[in-house]
Amino acid sequence: MAKINEAVSYFGFEETFSLKVCKDIRKEILKVKDEEKEATFNKYFSEIKEYYQENEYSDDEELIAADFAGESSEKLTDDYPEVDFEQYGIFAAVEGIAVPGDEEEPADDDKDEIDAEPEKASSKKEDVFGDDYSFIYTPPAYAHKHDNAESTKIYINGELLGSCEDPVSFTQEMRQKRRNGEISYEMNITYYEDNNEIYIFNDPGRARRPLIIVEEGKPLLKEDHLNKVANGKLKWDDLVNNGLIEYLDAEEEENSYIAMTLADLNEDHTHLEIDPATMLGICAGIIPFSDHNSSPRNTMEAGMTKQALGLYVSNYALRTDTRAHLLHHPQTPIVKTRIIDSTNYDSRPSGQNFVVALMSYEGYNMEDAMVINKGALERGLARSSFFRAYDTSEKRYAGGQVDKFEVPDKNIKGYRSEDAYRNLDEDGVVNPESEVESGDVLIGKTSPPRFLEEDFGTVADRRRETSVTVRHGEKGIVDAVLLSETVEGSRLAKIRVRDTRQPEFGDKFASRHGQKGVVGLILSPEDIPFTEFGVVPDLIVNPHAIPSRMSIGQVLEMVAGKAGCLEGERVDATPFNQDLEGEIKQQLLNHGFESAGCESLYSGVTGERIDAEIFVGVAYYQKLHHMTTDKVYARSRGPVQVLTRQPTEGRAREGGLRFGEMERDCLIAHGAALTLKERLLDESDKYEAIVCENCGMLAVYDRNKNKKYCPICGDVETYPVEISYAFKLLLDELKSLCIFPKLVLGDKA
Amino acid sequence: MEEIINKVKDVIAQLNEEEDLGIAFPDSYIEDLAEAYIKRDLTDDELCELTRRLKAAYDRAHVEAGEAVGTVAAQSVGEPGTQMTMRTFHYAGVTELNVTLGLPRLIEIVDARKEIATPTMDIYFDEERRNDEEFVRTLANKIGKSTINDVLSDFNLNYGTMEVEAVLDNKKIEEKRLDREEINAIIEKTFKKATINNDNIIIPSSKTDKSDSKFEIRELRLLADKVRDLQISGIKGIGKVIIRKDDREWIIHTEGSNLKEILDMEGIDHVRTTTNNIHEIGEVLGIEAARQSIINEAQNTLSEQGLSVDVRHIMLVADIMTSEGVVKSIGRHGISGEKSSVLARAAFEETGKHLLNASIRGEVDDLTGIIENIIIGQPIPLGTGSVGVKMDYKNE
Repeated sequence: MAKINEAVSYFGFEETFSLKVCKDIRKEILKVKDEEKEATFNKYFSEIKEYYQENEYSDDEELIAADFAGESSEKLTDDYPEVDFEQYGIFAAVEGIAVPGDEEEPADDDKDEIDAEPEKASSKKEDVFGDDYSFIYTPPAYAHKHDNAESTKIYINGELLGSCEDPVSFTQEMRQKRRNGEISYEMNITYYEDNNEIYIFNDPGRARRPLIIVEEGKPLLKEDHLNKVANGKLKWDDLVNNGLIEYLDAEEEENSYIAMTLADLNEDHTHLEIDPATMLGICAGIIPFSDHNSSPRNTMEAGMTKQALGLYVSNYALRTDTRAHLLHHPQTPIVKTRIIDSTNYDSRPSGQNFVVALMSYEGYNMEDAMVINKGALERGLARSSFFRAYDTSEKRYAGGQVDKFEVPDKNIKGYRSEDAYRNLDEDGVVNPESEVESGDVLIGKTSPPRFLEEDFGTVADRRRETSVTVRHGEKGIVDAVLLSETVEGSRLAKIRVRDTRQPEFGDKFASRHGQKGVVGLILSPEDIPFTEFGVVPDLIVNPHAIPSRMSIGQVLEMVAGKAGCLEGERVDATPFNQDLEGEIKQQLLNHGFESAGCESLYSGVTGERIDAEIFVGVAYYQKLHHMTTDKVYARSRGPVQVLTRQPTEGRAREGGLRFGEMERDCLIAHGAALTLKERLLDESDKYEAIVCENCGMLAVYDRNKNKKYCPICGDVETYPVEISYAFKLLLDELKSLCIFPKLVLGDKA
Repeated sequence: MEEIINKVKDVIAQLNEEEDLGIAFPDSYIEDLAEAYIKRDLTDDELCELTRRLKAAYDRAHVEAGEAVGTVAAQSVGEPGTQMTMRTFHYAGVTELNVTLGLPRLIEIVDARKEIATPTMDIYFDEERRNDEEFVRTLANKIGKSTINDVLSDFNLNYGTMEVEAVLDNKKIEEKRLDREEINAIIEKTFKKATINNDNIIIPSSKTDKSDSKFEIRELRLLADKVRDLQISGIKGIGKVIIRKDDREWIIHTEGSNLKEILDMEGIDHVRTTTNNIHEIGEVLGIEAARQSIINEAQNTLSEQGLSVDVRHIMLVADIMTSEGVVKSIGRHGISGEKSSVLARAAFEETGKHLLNASIRGEVDDLTGIIENIIIGQPIPLGTGSVGVKMDYKNE
C-alpha cells in the first residue's frame, strides 16, 4: 500500500488511480525517453499490478479504479483525521470577530504532513498556543488512547476534541487569552472538577451576561474608568476589549464566585455584579420589586409580559401585519425599574396604571376574576384595536387565464348571497371605513374554471368565485385598502380590518407580578366603593390572590404607585434596592394617608362605610391578548369532514366540541348507554348501511330504479343497519386489505 | 356470647323461612348483630327488624348488575396515579435498602413483571426465636451473601511467583458467624491448587505455562477477582441483609429474594414472612396468595404516597390478573391481548396484527363487549343498555 501511495504522490495523480492511467503515463514517459523516470515507473507499475493480483482483483480497469478509490478513502480514516481548526473557532471564533494572532492558514503541503505524521501536528498546535504550552493536545481519533485518569477531556461545543494534563492552568490561560483579546470574547470555558472535563462553548444561542472581573479581591473596573465612560472617552466595547468586563454563560458561571456588591467582595471572588439587577433579562427586569416576589411568580410574569398589548411599533398605520393588537392609551408605569429605563420601555409601553382596591366584591372576583369599572372602560381604559390584514392577487394560470378582481356575476360558480358583496366598490375591492362582519366579501375575485373541458356545455365554462371574505367569527371596520402589484406584475390587494376591543367579560389582565385574572364583572362606577376623597378604583382584585402566591412585590408596587401619584413622581423599584420601603411609607404619611396604604371605603350601593380597612393603591396592569371575542364558541349543527362524516375540529372551522376518550369512559362508568350512543353516533357520524343478507357485505341503493341490491349476490334481501360511518370506513379499509368482513344480522334484542 | 350468636342465627333462619329474604351474612355481621343485641338491650322484635334493615342495607351496598365495575376501578386507580410522581425512589422502612416505590412500582405490579427492579423480603421469626438476637444474627449471615473479600485482613498479588496471597481475618469470620472449616472447604473445592496454611491462603495462577507474560498478568488479576468474589455463604438470589429490631421483635430485610428456601429454614414465621415478588409467591404459595400479594403491594404503594384507593378496586384488578391460575399482566401481553373480541383487541394495540390473524382464522365477533359496540355504534351492554325486552309470543 505504501508503495502505491508513494507512487500516487510521485506522479501527482489528481483523479482516481487505475492501471489505465498508469499505462498512459508510461507512454508519455517513453516519448520523452527519460530513463530514470521510466525505471521508477516500471518499479511502481509492477508493484501496483502485483498488489491487485495478490488481492485477487480482476483485470477489469473500472473495478480496479473503484477499488483503489475505496482503498484510499479507507486509508484516510485510518490515519490521523484532518482537524479544521477554523471550524472550532478557538482561534478564529465566531464571524465578525477579528482573528487573533497572525496564524497563517496551513499550506496544502502542510496538510499532507499532518495526514502522514500526527506527532508533527500536535507540535504544530503547540505553536498556536504559545511556546511554553505544556499540555498535550490530542486529536479525537487518539483521545481514547489517552484514557488515563489524570488527563482532562476537552469538549468544544459538545464535541470531544482532545485532552489536557493541567486543566486548571489551561482554563486559566484560556480565560486570560480571552481577556487579552487573543480569543473571541464570545468564548466561554468551564472546567468541571467532578467529572474532570473541560467544556468550551462558542456557538450561538447561549444566554450570556456581563460581569466585572475581580482579581485579588479588587475589581478591575476602577473609578477612573467610570469617569472616562461618563466623559464619553470609553465605550462599553472598550471595557470588554480591555478585559475589565467579560460575558459569562450559564456554564462558566458554575466556575465563578460572583459578589453581589462591592461591600461583599473578598479574596475568593472572581467577579462582581455590575448591578445585582443585571442578572435579570428584559422581561423579568420589568417587574418592580421582583426581589420581594416568589420566584415562580417572577417566571410567570416574565412569560406573561410578552402577551401584553401595547404600542408594538410606531408605524403600525403603515403596516399590514396579518394579526396585530394595539393598546389605545398606553401609559408609562409609575413604578419603574432601571431596566425599564435602559430598554426604552417607556417609548413602547404595554399597560396602564390602574387604581386597584384589594377587596372582595359579591363574589364576582373570586378565583382570580376581577371587577372592573365600567366608567373607566368607557373613558378608554384598557381599550385596544385588533388589526387583521387580508390579501390576494390576480394570479395567472397556464393558457393565458387570469383571476379577476370584480363584483362577481350572479351566475358564477359558488356565488354568495348578494348581501355579502354589498360593501364592494365597482373594482371589486371594499371601500374603506365600511363595517364588515364574518362572511362579508372584502375582495371580490373570480378564477377561471379548474379544468377546461371540450365543449361540455355551459356548466364547466363558468368561472369560480374565489373572493376573500372576513374570517369566521370576526368583524370590524375596513381600516385601510392597499392596491399594489406583485413581483410578477399582477394586481395585489391588501385590506386591513380593524376591530375595537373594549374590555368585556372574560378578557385577561395581569399585573406585573404573575397575577393574572379575567374580568368577572363590569360594574357601573356608582356601585363601586369609593374612598374618603371620592376616588373610585378602576379594578377590584380579590385579596385571596396574594398570600398563597407570595407576590409581595405587587403589594409594594401598589403602595409605591400610590405614593408616586401623590408626589407626582415616578418611583424607581429596581430589585435589590433595600431602603425604598421606609421612604415610601413616609411619603404616604406626609400626604395624610396611612403608611400601609389602607383606606376606609364607602359602599357605592348603600353609601355606608365598609367596616374593614381596604388596601388601595396604583398598579400597572397589562391587557393580555387572550380575549373572549376570539374564543367564545358553541355549535349545535355544522360542517362535517368528508372522509369520516364526523364533525370538523376547531373553532375556525365551526367544528364540534370533542367528546374525548375520558369523557366516553365516564359515560361508560355511569352505565349511560343511550347517552353514550347519542354522543358517539347520533350526534356524530350516524349512517344507515344496507347489508346484504346473503354475503354480509354492504349493499347498494339504486336511486334511479329505487331498488336496493347487492353488488355481489345481485337481487337479494337487504336490511338497513344503523352503524357509525367510521365503522363503514373500517369495513371498506379491511376489504381493501383483502380481508372479508362479514356482517351477520340478527334481530335486535 | 355464643348463645346470642346462635340466637341471631336462629332469627336469620326464621326470617329466611317466613319472609324468604335469603339472608346469608358473613360471620362478622352476625357477631356485630349479637353485640348490638347485648349493648343496646334489644327486644327480639327489634332484633328481627334490625336484621331486616341490615339485609336491606347489605343489598343496597351490593354492586348492581350492569355496573361498570372495571371502568370505575380503572378510573379510581388511574386518577390518583396521575398525582404520583413519576420517579420516586425512597428508603422504605430501613435505610440502606432501596426499594422501588410510587408509580414505577405500581406499573411493575400491574405489568406483572417477572424480573422486578428491587426484590426484597421481610423475614419474621416464630415465637420462640423472635427475640433471640444471636439466632437472628446467625441466620442473617447464613442468608446474606458474604464473599472472601468480606473476611480478608490482607490480600496481595505476587507477580514474582504468580500467586494470589490472601490472609483471612478470624475476627471478621467470627463476627459473621461463619465456619472456618466450611470456608476452607469451599476454597479448596473451587481452587484445586490452593494451599491453606492457617490464615494464609496461596492460590497459584493456573496458566503459568504460557510464555506471554502480559497474558499471564491478566490471568492473575482475573484470578484475584475470582478469589475475592468467591461466595462463602448465603442463599441464592439474596444479597445484602439488614437486621432490624422492631418494637417487639427482630426482623430481617433482604435485598433480593428467595421465598422457597427461606421458608424451608428453621425458626421462620411462615405466616408473616413475605417477599415483594408476586410471581415468586404465586409459584411457592399458589395463585390465591399471589392475588393477595398483588392487593397488598398495590395498596401499600398507593398508601405510601398518601393516596387512598378503595381496596375493592384493587381487588378487582388482582382478581382479573389471577383469574386463570397464573399471574397475567394488564395490557397487550395479558388481559387486553386475550379479549375474545377482535374489534376490542384491534382497538387497543397492534391493530394490524389482530385484524390479520382474525381474518386468517375466520374469527367471529359476537359484539358482546363494550368497545365493540362503541365502534359499531350500538348501545353498550352495560347500565341502561344491559336490559332488553323478551316477548313471550306464545301468549300473543
